[in-house]
Amino acid sequence: MFGDFDFQVIFDNLDILWDGMLITFLLTAVAIVGGILFGTVLALMRLSKFTPLSILAGRYVDAFRSTPLILVIFWFYFAMPIIGLEAIGGLGSVLIAFTLFEAAYYCEIIRAGIQSITRAQVDAGLAVGLTKGQTMRFVVLPQAFRNMVPVLLTQAIVLFQDTSLVYVVGLKDFLTAADLIAVRDNRVVELYLAAAVVYFVLCIIASLWVRKLQRQYAI
Amino acid sequence: MAMKYNWDWSILLCRSPEADPIGAVEPTTPGSGSTEFGGGAGQTFDTGAECAQPYFEWIVSGLSWTVIVASAAWVITFSLGSVIGVSRTVENRTVRAIATAYVEIFRNVPLLLQMFIWFFVVPELLPEDAGRWIKRELPLPEYWTAIVCLGMYHASRTAEQVRAGIESIPRGQTHAGLAMGLTRTQVYRYVLLPVSYRIIIPPLTSDFMGIFKNSSVALTIGVMELTAQSRQIAEYTFNIFEVFTAATLCYMTVTLIVVTIMRFVEARVRIPGTIALGGD
Repeated sequence: MFGDFDFQVIFDNLDILWDGMLITFLLTAVAIVGGILFGTVLALMRLSKFTPLSILAGRYVDAFRSTPLILVIFWFYFAMPIIGLEAIGGLGSVLIAFTLFEAAYYCEIIRAGIQSITRAQVDAGLAVGLTKGQTMRFVVLPQAFRNMVPVLLTQAIVLFQDTSLVYVVGLKDFLTAADLIAVRDNRVVELYLAAAVVYFVLCIIASLWVRKLQRQYAI
Repeated sequence: MAMKYNWDWSILLCRSPEADPIGAVEPTTPGSGSTEFGGGAGQTFDTGAECAQPYFEWIVSGLSWTVIVASAAWVITFSLGSVIGVSRTVENRTVRAIATAYVEIFRNVPLLLQMFIWFFVVPELLPEDAGRWIKRELPLPEYWTAIVCLGMYHASRTAEQVRAGIESIPRGQTHAGLAMGLTRTQVYRYVLLPVSYRIIIPPLTSDFMGIFKNSSVALTIGVMELTAQSRQIAEYTFNIFEVFTAATLCYMTVTLIVVTIMRFVEARVRIPGTIALGGD
């Protein structure tokens, strides 16, 4: 069945594919770090007793979670130049879009993690004389993050796959690079299947690792 | 960063220079030749062509395609996901292995790439006649491809929910069913499935919302759904803020409606004595 196919084209273009993979990794890394940092802030806002803050964070999360990622990418990609921020460029605006989008998802994971810590832990922290902030910083968050690690990483795997959507604005990530070669050399079948194998292998290794971690980390 | 942007919502009422490509909406009222509402940037396209439609009809057409594609895909997701989820809990090793392989393969390849593979690769690998039929004779091939692809992609996620639902039921119930003389199939049909579906309604709802949002990925193979239409209007008019705001509001409204309905359903079918909802 594969008689007519020529998989040599993949090895001839490894450098282009690798450059694409670097962009994919960059997007994933920035969105994970930025998303978790901003997501933590959002989660703390949502849990805050100050109502306007928690409503604001709630609206933010609802808005991003009910909008498709592609539309969010379009928003930032097209809006940045119009509001006078051409300097950010295509990659920059996509990085911002991913970070803000992922923060909404991370916020929900982190909020659930914080809420999984029993009330007694907070009371104990306050009782030994820690301030509210210190209780959060030294008692609640460390335990919460430990509980959350597997879910955060699973979300990271989803995010890694989602970075392929930058294709819609023509940013050269791994999938777009494969697509460019596929169209240029008329080798669509070979390149798409090869790209699928690469994504599959990377994701399955990562998810097996997360599963192992899950068993080790369980409190 | 001074904002040099003229907001002009009337752009959505302006007539487009050409018809909506998919033609889902009938050509609008004849007679009103050109852009009577046209202000601001819209003036550029004073056309008066017979097939011209106001841009908001493109959005309506896009939204209806989004809903159609997502709903049709959900039918596949729910049926296939249930079969695979159940298969992962049966005793037969081969069946379980096949179901696990399905879930892992479809969960670990990006949706966009799966879309490309269904659209460009599968017709090449099929027997020649079948491949030609898909490419030449199947009406609206992108739409069918998108439905099948979305359905099968999300089935892997739904299968996991179904499996988790079944596994959350204490073993005692299965044993009780078997002890009463039910066959294994009957245990699934009358004991395990009715209970687990009621438990997993919230994750199933978010799965549906996932399909609804992910249907936007179908724009990459040419499905003119909501995001594609709004992008196209943005390209014609450059009034991106109004257009993308309108599209975002459409997505948020549908989400709100579905979530509200499902909250009601959830409360109705809640298993008495569980803390599934609200915990009262």
